[in-house]
Amino acid sequence: MNVAVPAVGPANLRGSGTDWRGLAFHAILLLSLLFSLLILFTLIGDLVSRGLPTLLERGPTFLTSPTSSQAAKAGVSQGIFGTLLMAVFVAIFAFPIGIMTAIYLEEYAPDNRLTRFINVNIRNLAGVPSVVYGLLGLSIFVIGLAPLTGGRTMVAGGITLAVLVLPIVIITSAEAIRAVPRALREAGYGVGASRWEVTRLLVLPAAAPGILTGTVLSLSRALGETAPLILAGAVLGGFSSGSKSILEQIFGRYTVLPVTVFDWARKPQADFRELTAAAIVVLLAVTLLANAVAIILRSRTERTW
Amino acid sequence: MSPEAQDGDPMPATMTAPPATEGEGHAVNLKIATVDRPVAEATSEPAVDLRGVSVYYGAFRAVKDITFDVRANAITALIGPSGSGKSTLLRAINRMNDLIPGTRMDGEILYHGQNLYAQDVDPVEVRRRIGMVFQKANPFPKSIYDNVAFGPRVNGVKGNLDGLVEQSLRRAALWDEVKDKLKQSGTALSGGQQQRLCIARAIAVEPEIILMDEPASALDPRSTLQIEELMAELRKRYTIIIVTHNMQQAARASDFTVFMNMGEDRAGYIVERNRTIEIFTNPKNQLTEDYVSGRFG
Repeated sequence: MNVAVPAVGPANLRGSGTDWRGLAFHAILLLSLLFSLLILFTLIGDLVSRGLPTLLERGPTFLTSPTSSQAAKAGVSQGIFGTLLMAVFVAIFAFPIGIMTAIYLEEYAPDNRLTRFINVNIRNLAGVPSVVYGLLGLSIFVIGLAPLTGGRTMVAGGITLAVLVLPIVIITSAEAIRAVPRALREAGYGVGASRWEVTRLLVLPAAAPGILTGTVLSLSRALGETAPLILAGAVLGGFSSGSKSILEQIFGRYTVLPVTVFDWARKPQADFRELTAAAIVVLLAVTLLANAVAIILRSRTERTW
Repeated sequence: MSPEAQDGDPMPATMTAPPATEGEGHAVNLKIATVDRPVAEATSEPAVDLRGVSVYYGAFRAVKDITFDVRANAITALIGPSGSGKSTLLRAINRMNDLIPGTRMDGEILYHGQNLYAQDVDPVEVRRRIGMVFQKANPFPKSIYDNVAFGPRVNGVKGNLDGLVEQSLRRAALWDEVKDKLKQSGTALSGGQQQRLCIARAIAVEPEIILMDEPASALDPRSTLQIEELMAELRKRYTIIIVTHNMQQAARASDFTVFMNMGEDRAGYIVERNRTIEIFTNPKNQLTEDYVSGRFG
């Protein structure tokens, strides 16, 4: 059976007219982008228009005042401190453990049923709702390990968040390591490098940008979490940090910016609505700042090549 | 079909020739090179001696019962159709197959009388002495200098490596092209330059044997010729085993040729092994003749 291909004459170089379906597809893609941008700008515009006047009016005192039941006095200093400390806890606990787990799983562990089972379960853990981690933090770090963590303290909250993002750090790091071409590893082994040398000198530098991207994402996730910290002991409402030292605050009552936002948003007083918007603007700024630091670090690692 | 044609005998005494270190013009030589090319004396110890080697990927046997010895300071070419196990066999010689999970080997590969697969042999030490150049040039994403210095560094060479880097790049016929840009990335070089950089990287650790897995298959004809000329030069100092799909390349560049084929059971075996000139002008096996004359493969 012959399938006839239409003859292509030399004169017909204009094609068969406009490609309507192609154009329609192009238009749909563009509309999707515009839709996302529209939502984003509406949100930001709304927040800034409501929060900015408060921020300007209160000035730096909004950033340096503790929480208060009076809208005119309330500030986010405790929230900023708590959120920054959460980032430190995640960086200290989740990043090293997560990255080393990923290196082990990708470079050292044998490919057998047990490692595959572990891999599947790490993926499952990453999908567990964060409120479940909050309950875990409450029962283990707040109650179970109270002698070590001091109960409802920043330590308990920080470790809860670290555990929450650990699976994400492992998965993204493992994917970055897996994406390093086998040719690079073989080149290293080919000149007599050991597995440790290949991993340290070739695989990790090549995977570093991807690993950092994953850590940035997990950090943003951690800084935005509210529910698990409410369960794991963050204070809703006012409390006094007084003139406690940083160490005392770490082992004391705490709150974080998203919890402050949640607390203020459900207050009936109208004044707190503007305050909520202002706190959200600060939360966004802190998150962006943390991301910016990570992105600068990432571009550094890329440049060393 | 059976691998009966391989002969394990040493080369006839009449074929011995002066050592290879004499000056020999390395002008481009498109004739079969073996005619006028001296090789090391037949009495010298083989560089590598494979005895009854079979390699398995899981349950699949990729090559079976391979026995041959590799003459020192000569170029041995492994030729044969796709799937005949040439690369698998090559990678067995420096234990590169160990890196692929599920790979297993039977038989012995002797290197100075030591079985490379003995219990107490460290594959890292094997690869330091038996270097490798891969099909696709794979320079590290590092500077040209660091590419060459990497091997010596991981092997514990301390101090100033400038001299070693220069010597290796010179031996790889790359020095003049890169001497002013040693700090630039190795990945920015052209394909042919990258492959010569990989050769410089391999020889910087002073291996005794260099395995080349189709080193010129991704290169243009000019770069290919450069690599072949380089091999002729390197052969004075190193033993080279090269896998190639290019029969002209085997004929031009090698001293000995091992012709492999894929058996009924899909396992690769050796059909014939001999001096390259014999394989190409006077093959003993009909299959070899068919293959080298382009009738199959």
